Amino acid sequence: MSEDIKARRRWMGLLARSSHNAIRARLNDAPPLPPHSRLRGPETGLVMLRGRAGGDGSAFNLSEMTVTRCAVTLEDGTVGHAYVAGRDRQQAELAAVLDAALQNAALRPALMGAVVEPLAAQEAEHRAREARKAAATRVQFFTMANMR
Amino acid sequence: MAYVAVKGGERAIGNAHAWLAETRRGDTDVPELDVAQVAQQLGLAVDRVMAEGSCYDRDLAALAIKQARGDLIEAAFLLRAYRTTLPRFGYAAPLDTGAMRIRRRVSATYKDLPGGQVLGPTFDYTHRLLDFTLAAAGEPPAPAPEVEAEDAEAPRVTELLARENLMRRDEASEVEPADLTRQPLSFPAARPTRLQNLARGDEGFLLGLGYSTQRGYGNSHPFVGEIRHGSVTVCFTPPELGFEIEIGEIDVTECQMVNQFHGSRSEPPQFTRGYGLVLGQGERKAMSMALVDRALQAGELGEDRTAPAQDEEFVLMHSDNVEATGFVEHLKLPHYVDFQSELEVVRLMRATAAEPEKAEP
Repeated sequence: MSEDIKARRRWMGLLARSSHNAIRARLNDAPPLPPHSRLRGPETGLVMLRGRAGGDGSAFNLSEMTVTRCAVTLEDGTVGHAYVAGRDRQQAELAAVLDAALQNAALRPALMGAVVEPLAAQEAEHRAREARKAAATRVQFFTMANMR
Repeated sequence: MAYVAVKGGERAIGNAHAWLAETRRGDTDVPELDVAQVAQQLGLAVDRVMAEGSCYDRDLAALAIKQARGDLIEAAFLLRAYRTTLPRFGYAAPLDTGAMRIRRRVSATYKDLPGGQVLGPTFDYTHRLLDFTLAAAGEPPAPAPEVEAEDAEAPRVTELLARENLMRRDEASEVEPADLTRQPLSFPAARPTRLQNLARGDEGFLLGLGYSTQRGYGNSHPFVGEIRHGSVTVCFTPPELGFEIEIGEIDVTECQMVNQFHGSRSEPPQFTRGYGLVLGQGERKAMSMALVDRALQAGELGEDRTAPAQDEEFVLMHSDNVEATGFVEHLKLPHYVDFQSELEVVRLMRATAAEPEKAEP
């Protein structure tokens, strides 16, 4: 997989796991987004989630989840996509516009610095806090009989 | 006789629904419940409605609970109905529960297991005494304690046993699993079909069936190999992109039940497993699902099928509470024509039976 696609997957994932408000707040420190037009959506639909029997066996269909998708194009023809869990159409459209803008080498550094990296830091901090709370509930059980 | 439709009653129905709305709101001197409050503070009810409504969306489930006045089966029904209005974008990649960001993970089989035992936010070890301080709205509780976390891998307990060849491995076939939202249930049902059915099945029904296996109806000697709860990443490959992306993160609960197996002609004695995977934090449901999943493997393992929990037609046909409630509750709808015909039949039979007596003296 090329470096470009790896970088794109990373920001698409971060934008999907974030929220409209959180992304919007980061945009205050970013250069204005280029004008765009909608190619498709934003529209809400379903994705079927899957699990595996025993965690590692055959796949099975678990349940659906709501997902909102959007595709936009910039004036230079760059196409941006977003698939975002939930029903937030504003988040999906914003994520699609950012996906398009981030593909532009001239816009990328400023948007990475103002939006993507702060969102990544926010997520990492949230996950680390959860991990520390979990670690505080780690137990050592002692059995009262000798184990054979 | 088939069901015969009735007409009329529009005004009464409209008025009944207006009264329902008033009753739902309750005493207007009490502040109205916000959907966000339901989503945040009744999280386990939300989890259950998402699991049984078979649709992951916390806000929709919370709205359904508010609309249904807290009737969780009615709420699951509302969610199921809503999902039929949405297009299907496709299938996600199977969730990697091995890479779960763990909030809770316990094992009843190993005291010291790699990755450790993490209690997480649990009702276990509480005293089940009513806490009257919750009745008096006060300050929010102090933040939960934090300690520095080691970056420990948490391999599956079943994998530890499988490495020693003491655990029967689940065969991973890459065959596309059947989808109950697309194809009706047929028998015999493959394990992926059974797991989909159980994952959306009624918690109470599965709890009762799971309990029955412990009490000797299809005894399967279970141990909790592992329960884990936390967040997993959802990955999806949009066809227009051609590569996989992460589209969000969801909470799930997984249970690996370890069971005895005496072996068969073709297999040595070893442990077998039952599997449960449920949306949200649904430990009781995940455990019950794992017990029932194991019981339903009786046929494949060459065990006698004697108990209700081992009878896949009985289990799978009756596990869905939306279907069950539809058929049970339809009995209260007008059946005047059907009943009239039954009434006439009974009167006729009685008259026929009485006639010979008249003739006798």
